[in-house]
Amino acid sequence: MSKFLDISQLVKTFPTPKGPLTVVRDFDLGVKKGEFITLIGHSGCGKSTVLSMVAGLSDITAGGIILAGKEVTGAGPDRGVVFQAPCLLPWFTAFENVMLGINQVYYTASKLERRQIAEYYLSLVGLADSMHKRPGELSQGMRQRCGIARAFALSPKMLLLDEPFGMLDSLTKFELQDVLLDLWQRDQKTALMVTHDVDEALYLSDRVIMMTDGPEATVGDILEVNFERPRTRKQLLEDPEYYRLREYLLHFLNERSHHRPGKAGQQALAHAHA
Amino acid sequence: MAFLELNNVCKSFDGHNVLSNVNLSIADGEFVAIVGYSGQGKTTLISMIAGLTTPDSGEVRLEGNIVAGPGPDRGLVFQNYSLLPWLTVYENIALAVDQVFADWTAEKRRAHVDKYITMVKLSHAKDRLPKQLSGGMRQRVSVARTLAINPRILLLDEPLGALDALTRATMQDEIANIWQTERKTVVLITNSVDEALLLADRIIPLTIGPGATLGEAVPVRLERPRNRTALNHDPEFKRLRALVTNQLLGFNAARKTSITKKLIRPELLPEDLDLPRVNRPPRRLGEEKNETLSVA
Repeated sequence: MSKFLDISQLVKTFPTPKGPLTVVRDFDLGVKKGEFITLIGHSGCGKSTVLSMVAGLSDITAGGIILAGKEVTGAGPDRGVVFQAPCLLPWFTAFENVMLGINQVYYTASKLERRQIAEYYLSLVGLADSMHKRPGELSQGMRQRCGIARAFALSPKMLLLDEPFGMLDSLTKFELQDVLLDLWQRDQKTALMVTHDVDEALYLSDRVIMMTDGPEATVGDILEVNFERPRTRKQLLEDPEYYRLREYLLHFLNERSHHRPGKAGQQALAHAHA
Repeated sequence: MAFLELNNVCKSFDGHNVLSNVNLSIADGEFVAIVGYSGQGKTTLISMIAGLTTPDSGEVRLEGNIVAGPGPDRGLVFQNYSLLPWLTVYENIALAVDQVFADWTAEKRRAHVDKYITMVKLSHAKDRLPKQLSGGMRQRVSVARTLAINPRILLLDEPLGALDALTRATMQDEIANIWQTERKTVVLITNSVDEALLLADRIIPLTIGPGATLGEAVPVRLERPRNRTALNHDPEFKRLRALVTNQLLGFNAARKTSITKKLIRPELLPEDLDLPRVNRPPRRLGEEKNETLSVA
């Protein structure tokens, strides 16, 4: 199957007073259409750097990113980004925040249809009764729900999620993971998410990409997660396979993430997941 | 007689029933974790034990005496650390020690402060101001300050909620170690099932409001010291983790009210904003398929 998103030999270098610092080096990843991929690694390893290069928010030093046959050269509404902080405009209501992008991307549509799209996604994320409130009147979890609705409403080719639930308490996180999974399944989106939460990665993804520690971070290992969908948390918690995979990821983060695989190791990985 | 006892405690704010009929009995030296969702009254509960607020009805008893106000027999650690920004690490802790142990000699008080700074591994930073410390270090100061006044009971209100995952794990291990050596009675408020399983003798879920109350307690009989990696293999750990998580998810599922609302999703295709704006009707999903066919 052809790659919907193709990241090849990606390099990111930042200038520092002590000379250039290579944060990410030779990062390769192919994502199929409709796949849910998570990037997992320690804080500061460069996961978010990779994501923001795909989003077009950060310049690519070397290598390339191709999305749906088109090279990524800058940001655009074909990639919906959900950030850790929802970044809503505080003087707009939740509805108006979502409408902002809709009015641009669907400018040829009637006002009624544009409003219908906003209402549709805000209702699906659970804000049917609060869509006309301003961010200040919403809880952190509800603001993030709005951030998710805003991203899906533009029918992006790809969803990019940068630790979207990192600021939420663990129980609110559970709810929002279900909201996200539901929408992802409904709209059959391709998703790339950054997280350092092992349980979150296993619950959501088809494949987990484990990144080595920076500088010069790269793909350290890839785990296929084959639990049947739709998944329920209850079913996963009872599955012995879940704990085996969980341990595999924890072991990588605790022990193996500190070593960059050699050229041969990288080629073997690329081959196994081609 | 229980060490700490809550009998039919109820609390409302502005007509909102936050907690109702909370009953709790904690033995001396026990580590109890109360797990629940945000905004359901966890902090209200611990504030009543601390004596910072009083129940509308019911009573809180510590060693048989009714709690009527705050006191140094209960040490409280907040999520936001609550350190005085103009005082150093040493001075923040000394402030509490000088109040509570005013009859000690200056020398004894100084040695006492140093002992607790060493316990939380901050000797190298004792002359720094809070703003010169990381989140984890600030919370260690807060823990040291609370332990140094030698309270009868430690009340931890989501103490690690604001920390990143790695720092959080380190701090959990430190709390476990300190509890092993000091053997204080502890009430920990948390929203993390894993944290509760790692630290507590007993986990009590808090149901969802209005009128939240404590659910059925789950005893945690995992051997100590508990090791995060080893626990992952432990069938009992997995059983408890699933049990408590499902219990909490169940509370939430019961809360959900389904709404019936007619939703319309127009099958519009997004316009390419890199191209000049056009004046034509929007493209729809069905039309795109036709286009693809004609190309093929």
